[in-house]
Amino acid sequence: MMQFMLLFSRQGKLRLQKWYVAHPDKLKKKITRELITTVLARKPKMCSFLEWKDVKVVYKRYASLYFCCAMEQEDNELLTLELIHRYVELLDKYFGSVCELDIIFNFEKAYFILDELVLGGELQETSKKNVLKAIAAQDLLQEEETPQGFFEDHGLG
Amino acid sequence: MNGSESGFNPAFNIATIKQVVNEAIERVRMPTPTRLRDLIRQIRAARTAAEERSVVNKECAYIRSTFREEDSVWRCRNIAKLLYIHMLGYPAHFGQLECLKLIASPRFTDKRVGYLGAMLLLDERQDVHLLITNCLKNDLNSNTQFVVGLALCTLGAIASPEMARDLASEVERLIKSPNAYIKKKAALCAFRIIRRVPDLMEMFLPATRSLLTEKNHGVLITGVTLITEMCENSPDTLNHFKKESGQREIVPNLVRILKNLILAGYSPEHDVSGVSDPFLQVKILRLLRILGKNDAEASEAMNDILAQVATNTETSKNVGNTILYETVLSIMDIKSESSLRVLAVNILGRFLLNNDKNIRYVALNTLLRTVHVDTSAVQRHRTTILECLKDPDISIRRRAMELSFALVNGQNIRGMMKELLAFLERSDAEFKAHCSSAVVLAAERYAPSDKWHLDTLFKVLLKAGNYLRDDTVSSTIQIISSAATERQAYGAMRLWTSLEQSAVSGLATEKQPLIQVAAWTIGEYGDLLVSEASSAISMVDEDGVDDFVRPTEEYVIDIYQKLLWSTQLSISTKEFLLLSLAKLSTRFTTQASQEKIRVIIDTFGSHIHIELQQRGVELSQLFRQYGHLRPALLERMPAMEPVAAPHRDEQELDLSDTSPDHTKPDQDALLDLINGSDSLTNGDVEHQPEQIATTNNNTSSNDILDLLSGLDLTPSVPAAAPAVLLANNNVEPSAAPAALLLDGLFAPPAPHQPPHPADGAEWERAVLERGGVRVCVSARRAAGAAATLTARATSQLHTLTDFLFQAAVPKKIQLDMMSPSGTTLSPQGEITQVLKVTNPTKTPLRLRIRVSYNIDGTPVLEQTEINNFPADLFN
Repeated sequence: MMQFMLLFSRQGKLRLQKWYVAHPDKLKKKITRELITTVLARKPKMCSFLEWKDVKVVYKRYASLYFCCAMEQEDNELLTLELIHRYVELLDKYFGSVCELDIIFNFEKAYFILDELVLGGELQETSKKNVLKAIAAQDLLQEEETPQGFFEDHGLG
Repeated sequence: MNGSESGFNPAFNIATIKQVVNEAIERVRMPTPTRLRDLIRQIRAARTAAEERSVVNKECAYIRSTFREEDSVWRCRNIAKLLYIHMLGYPAHFGQLECLKLIASPRFTDKRVGYLGAMLLLDERQDVHLLITNCLKNDLNSNTQFVVGLALCTLGAIASPEMARDLASEVERLIKSPNAYIKKKAALCAFRIIRRVPDLMEMFLPATRSLLTEKNHGVLITGVTLITEMCENSPDTLNHFKKESGQREIVPNLVRILKNLILAGYSPEHDVSGVSDPFLQVKILRLLRILGKNDAEASEAMNDILAQVATNTETSKNVGNTILYETVLSIMDIKSESSLRVLAVNILGRFLLNNDKNIRYVALNTLLRTVHVDTSAVQRHRTTILECLKDPDISIRRRAMELSFALVNGQNIRGMMKELLAFLERSDAEFKAHCSSAVVLAAERYAPSDKWHLDTLFKVLLKAGNYLRDDTVSSTIQIISSAATERQAYGAMRLWTSLEQSAVSGLATEKQPLIQVAAWTIGEYGDLLVSEASSAISMVDEDGVDDFVRPTEEYVIDIYQKLLWSTQLSISTKEFLLLSLAKLSTRFTTQASQEKIRVIIDTFGSHIHIELQQRGVELSQLFRQYGHLRPALLERMPAMEPVAAPHRDEQELDLSDTSPDHTKPDQDALLDLINGSDSLTNGDVEHQPEQIATTNNNTSSNDILDLLSGLDLTPSVPAAAPAVLLANNNVEPSAAPAALLLDGLFAPPAPHQPPHPADGAEWERAVLERGGVRVCVSARRAAGAAATLTARATSQLHTLTDFLFQAAVPKKIQLDMMSPSGTTLSPQGEITQVLKVTNPTKTPLRLRIRVSYNIDGTPVLEQTEINNFPADLFN
């Protein structure tokens, strides 16, 4: 089971955090800070796995963004890499060649996509098509509620 | 026309105008809040952290104010902004309740953002959970599948045990839903629920069973995940699933699904670089592993499919290797055919040579898990694994280290140890502790010879430095102690070289365990170190170099002095050194070195640390009045046996454990004393008494017998008797350190104090004096081997509250404390307390006292010991 997932930039700025275990806010911040430092300190040629405290951290860099998952000892590390890749593919499909700025400005969308892919720390859907279909349908629901358009005055803007 | 018509309808007209006016007023009063993307732009435009903070603070203040005004129109947008601010690390807890309000809203947009906020801002410690449980319950019953989906997603992320209990039945109902979108989410929710509350597992069993008959991959993978969790958690459930799962048995059913995945043609929906749904394949392989473990029949049923997966999977990409990795794990865990195991180990061999670091890491990881099943197969890859010890990647090094230790055996110990010691030397601090104890264990188990064992231990001491575990010091000492004499001399010589090098290069602080072992060994066998007789011992090391230079006695003492006067060494290391130095005084022969040792020991009589000071004073005595006892007292310790006596707990598993049986009664009493003593912290003092106990038997020296009998240590003393009785007004349980008797060992009390002249007169001493607080104890003889002591406390400046006087005496003496005259001591006032001491055996009286009080609310605790009572007090 995934314990948490972090997306952060090469500068160490957090772009997304998803926790599947309950920790106090303070501890979350501490873990985030320490993990970002540790991962950024690793050289590009090193392997994508890191035994860190009692979790197995699997991370991969896509352009300027690090995708970092904390897994349990029993989990298949290589499969986690596939999972990360799947998420990146979905973001790419949704935003149309995604870049870090897309995720910064539409962070809530990035969360929504992740929530259709992973639930409670486990993969819930292996079909890319189904994930995107569910997201599109929900986006449509939102648009219908705000006749003048989601990005107009009544939406998040 | 219409226009004029409406013009004739004043009511409608006024209503419209009113509405327009109201909206306009509303706009002016409450301007449209900054949009989410605008805020992000603003924050990103901030050039300094302070600027960013000011933007964020301003926005937060605004958001708070809208929350206060219950503005529901913009709540969704404001929460979204708050979530962004939260991600930047600013506090956002004030949005928790607003999230719940959003969730309760009928609009989907509100719900979507509200649930997102709930997942980010709440954790299961929050009190708002009760509220959210109600919201979730409503939404789980919604007609819109996406609303149900949001609720399930949130429940899966933040379910607390209470929430899990409250909502389990809803989730169970949703697993049976015909809608695959809801079914898969409900299955994973159930997975989280039974993770939190395993008791709830049973209620999900019927619904779970049917999940494997579905076609939808989402439902299948979540179903497999749920069953895996159930089977891992409870053996009963595991059996339940093996027996019956829907229409078919579970193993053939899973095998069928897996087979279909492999054989099915290209399906664009689930394809990942030519592999059909690797996610589902891996999950099924993992469940098969659990089902096949220790079950020959189930293993038999999955042999074929595992072989098929292992041979047919494309390995050029990560996906293929992912599946192979999981397959290998399964093959190794179940009762698979031997040919299949060979196949699996070969796959790992290929992995180990792969260029991809990730694959190499996984190979090491898997080899470690399979090494217990088939060691010889893994041994084949030993060279490659040792190579990985040099990898720049810490993840790979860690795995390689663990695997290397798993591969050490009697045949390869020499070669392996060489590599591992080299690794220990250059490894990161976090590995050193683990690595050094593993080396020590392996050496103990597989050492080809005693000399090799000792050499290895010395190298570990040298290379691991302070990262070494404490027990290594005592176990090494024990091994040296039970070695042959020439080995002991060899050990002393080797350790001397290391000790001298560390002392000269100033690295002693980083290698304290080494210093401790070296000090002990040189103290015991120092005569062999400096004598020419041991020249015959070969000091040629593995590289063929003999770098041993025989030191002079003076030089050894100089090095000791350097170390003892170092400010950086720990107290226990110094304790080792000090006792060792005292022992050297009987090993070294020249008068000059004796004198030098005496001077160094004398300086410790005024050492700032109480323990060292006490040792200093005690040892000094052995150079004065009791000089004649010194050779016998400091005689070489007998060989220690490594067997641990069964009745002692682990804490004591140190030097003292290893004494010969014939000294048992005395020694047990002594050990019990030590046991009760908390001030003794290290082995150096602990092995001291035992040595005396032994010399007692060996030399039957009358002086020593006298000394010991004076210490109440005759065999008639019950072995486990507590050493002191502690009494005070409140009759507290004994808490005082019981080192009294032991302390007397080197500083025999009363009989040698100058006798008090005035027979029967009152004797009085000030025993404590600090900050104007003074405690005096006076003693007066009473009838029948008894005495009356009076403690008087005075304070010059301060008022003391909660004044408590406690006292302890050796066991043979009985102490009765009268109640004190008060507990509050005002300036110039006095508190007195009378103590009655009965001493039928006329043992010299020693009294340990403890005084506690508060000055202006600050607690003060002081203690001291009086052992200079007049000798004739009980006559």
